Amino acid sequence: MQKMPIWADVILIPFVSLLLAALLSAAVIVGIGEDPQAALKLMISGALGSTYGWGYTLYYATNFIFTGLAVSVAFHAKLFNIGGEGQAMLGGLGIALIALYIPWPHWSIALISCSIGAGLFGAAWAYIPAILQAKRGSHIVITTIMFNFIAFALLNYLLVNVLRPSGSMDPASANFPEATHLPTLHMLLEPFGIKFSKAAPANVSLVVALLAAVFVWFLIWRTRLGYEIRAFGHSESGAQYAGINPVRITVITMMVSGALAGMMSLNTTMGEGERLVLNSTEGAGFIGIAVALMGRSHPVGVVVASVLFGFLYQGGAELALWTSIPRDLIVVIQALVILFTGALDNMVRIPLERLFFMFGRKEG
Amino acid sequence: MPQNTNLGRSNETALNSTLTALELRNITKSFGAVVANKNISIAVKKGTIHGIIGENGAGKSTLMSILFGYYKADAGDIFIGGQKTQIADSQAAITAGIGMVFQHFKLVRNFTVLENVILGAEDGVLLKTSLQNAREKLRQLAQEYELEVDPDAVIEDLSVGHQQRVEILKALYRKAEILILDEPTGVLTPSEADQLFRILHRLREEGKTIILITHKLREIMDITDTVSVMRRGEMTATVKTSDTSPQELAELMVGRKVLLRLDKAPAHPKEVVLEIVNLRVVDDAGVERVKGINLNLRAGEVLGIAGVAGNGQSELLEVLGGYQTASGKITVNGQEIDLTGKKSDGQSRRARGIAHVPEDRQSEGLIMDYAAWENVIFGYHRDPKFQSGLFMNNAAIKEDAAAKMERFDVRPPNPRLLARNFSGGNQQKIVVAREIERDPDILLVGQPTRGVDIGAIEFIHKQIIALRDRGKAVLLVSVELDEVLSLSDRIAVMFDGQIMGERLPQNTDERELGLLMAGVTEEAS
Repeated sequence: MQKMPIWADVILIPFVSLLLAALLSAAVIVGIGEDPQAALKLMISGALGSTYGWGYTLYYATNFIFTGLAVSVAFHAKLFNIGGEGQAMLGGLGIALIALYIPWPHWSIALISCSIGAGLFGAAWAYIPAILQAKRGSHIVITTIMFNFIAFALLNYLLVNVLRPSGSMDPASANFPEATHLPTLHMLLEPFGIKFSKAAPANVSLVVALLAAVFVWFLIWRTRLGYEIRAFGHSESGAQYAGINPVRITVITMMVSGALAGMMSLNTTMGEGERLVLNSTEGAGFIGIAVALMGRSHPVGVVVASVLFGFLYQGGAELALWTSIPRDLIVVIQALVILFTGALDNMVRIPLERLFFMFGRKEG
Repeated sequence: MPQNTNLGRSNETALNSTLTALELRNITKSFGAVVANKNISIAVKKGTIHGIIGENGAGKSTLMSILFGYYKADAGDIFIGGQKTQIADSQAAITAGIGMVFQHFKLVRNFTVLENVILGAEDGVLLKTSLQNAREKLRQLAQEYELEVDPDAVIEDLSVGHQQRVEILKALYRKAEILILDEPTGVLTPSEADQLFRILHRLREEGKTIILITHKLREIMDITDTVSVMRRGEMTATVKTSDTSPQELAELMVGRKVLLRLDKAPAHPKEVVLEIVNLRVVDDAGVERVKGINLNLRAGEVLGIAGVAGNGQSELLEVLGGYQTASGKITVNGQEIDLTGKKSDGQSRRARGIAHVPEDRQSEGLIMDYAAWENVIFGYHRDPKFQSGLFMNNAAIKEDAAAKMERFDVRPPNPRLLARNFSGGNQQKIVVAREIERDPDILLVGQPTRGVDIGAIEFIHKQIIALRDRGKAVLLVSVELDEVLSLSDRIAVMFDGQIMGERLPQNTDERELGLLMAGVTEEAS
């Protein structure tokens, strides 16, 4: 079979999918008696029209980059890690313990330590489903979903009974010490003469997320481990033939994936909350699946898709704030984007491929 | 009048039969930019066996899929019994009297023969009456065509040959007049194949028309009345079988002169490099697949393992390749190797100088979604010479791959192309290049030429013999008896997990090996 040019594959198809999702969303907005054009304008101005809007968009995007990368790495080994949510919660726990109980001289050292801590906690949480899958054949989709619930229950218990400061009514840890507070984009960009909104939560974790994306690219496409992960993902029987140990690859891949998901909490818990709260992940673990699907499990795609979903999140919040379009509709729009870019990929791909063949044949 | 044209045509060709059962006119079918069938026209006389021969990818299967309603032709007409017929789906094909026996049987394994025969052709809501009616009809059919099968036997208890009979019965039950068989002998022992051919002769006597698709020249010569040759989507020739020769057909298939017989010098076997003692393999389901076999392999010889697929050969290769556990003892160059899988894997086997061309290149030998250059190091990707620091040295790997692909004449010689975009023969050349170029002490080869075109077969066979001539040991497993006979210096026959006997190729023939493959030893026969 002849293939489409690469630009059509990575740019045109997602673009057409998005367009279809947007059109359908517009129809829904018209259906409830609102003006889709005004809604779109509001979303754009709300999410991208100010540094405040950008600050939120990028804040959400940071979460999605981490969880999207987590899902992508696992997906290269054909492992479906649905447990990003739970791994991120555990990552948050790791950060809280490190930030609260060890005195740190400077945020940069605290950031490095907390990154390692969050990664280790997330990896440990992914290790159990991984070993169950590799040794016992318990399906990783089921076990990671269950581990999300366990993580939530564990965090609930710890926050209520152990980490909650006495006298507080809130199931949350004490505030982290001043020295661990991460600089926001406002502080980071000020020395360069760029005025960025003070109120927006986007912080230095964005840089860590982008570094993580670079790390994943090197890991998957430039290292021997990445070669083995992809080989295992494409063909388990092939991997066995080549002497690639399925147990080892499953466990390592899931631990890398869990570590990336865990590091998401750098952004929410360490950067924005500055304390550990219940449900700080806000479903970002699941959005990571959509991001990875849309980004074709490639770090560049994941970053782009994350910004798009960040835009949808922030734009959607603005819509809910300023119009009578209910919050639920935002979820519908987001779901449509996921549906078209992820699940209905072939619906756009096959007709487009036909078009390319037709034109290709005329030229030939 | 269609009837008249048919009569006129058969007078021209002066064959005994008077009617054309099936005629295709200018059938064309493309998939995207690939033209699978280009202007194909054939006329098959009623009551004849018509062979269609061609290499893999020549378009035989596409043509038959069009005939059976799986694909719709872009252009062209189909005439059945002189009538122009539209075949929109397989139901229409069956109604038109076409029956198809696929290479991979479409039987429900835990149903009885009778249940399989009526499946999709039940005559009523109640199963019981259908079964009763069918039982009587099946009995008549079995009698008429000498196709004895127990109607109450469960499919999975039947031998492959009998399962195939059920497929034929299914077609006849649906009143097929034209029977298409796609590579029917691929899974049969020689004696089962002979039985099949007897059945086909019988069907021809009864006036059925048979289309036999195969890549085996010998079958074409033995059984067909006429033969059509396909090459690259085109019908290059249709000739009377009695007027042609295997050599001529091979040339028509490949488009150039080919060497059917392998020239090789006598072997000079040296010391034993591989010794297998009382090897037993139990599979995941607890079934013993290899039942205590003993084998020796010497440097400088090719030991061929003949046998029908599924008699333990695959497991033997997997054990030697390091990804199947076993009991017993295997020594390589005098050192015992681990069979428990605890201290060994594919990597440790490679370290011992064992290279392995696996039976299934698509699921084992290659990662189909990897580029050729990534596949040329597959299994050897931990070799330090392909690493630089933390990373893989992709420049070195690509260079290495390009050189190997050039030496093994892989076409197109583009290391960036995905493995799945190469033809079967070139995919196999990539695997063979990778394994032979490591200059192993022992080369395991499973089905080296399955799904490989004649031109590539010739090349791969020569490379295997060249390795042998360099004093290396080769263990060949193949279900193609011709291949085992022409490549091996010594032949062991496997049946039901056991070695039935060893023969020298010059002292044996297909008949004797065929009996051993069916589990018949000298004492019993």
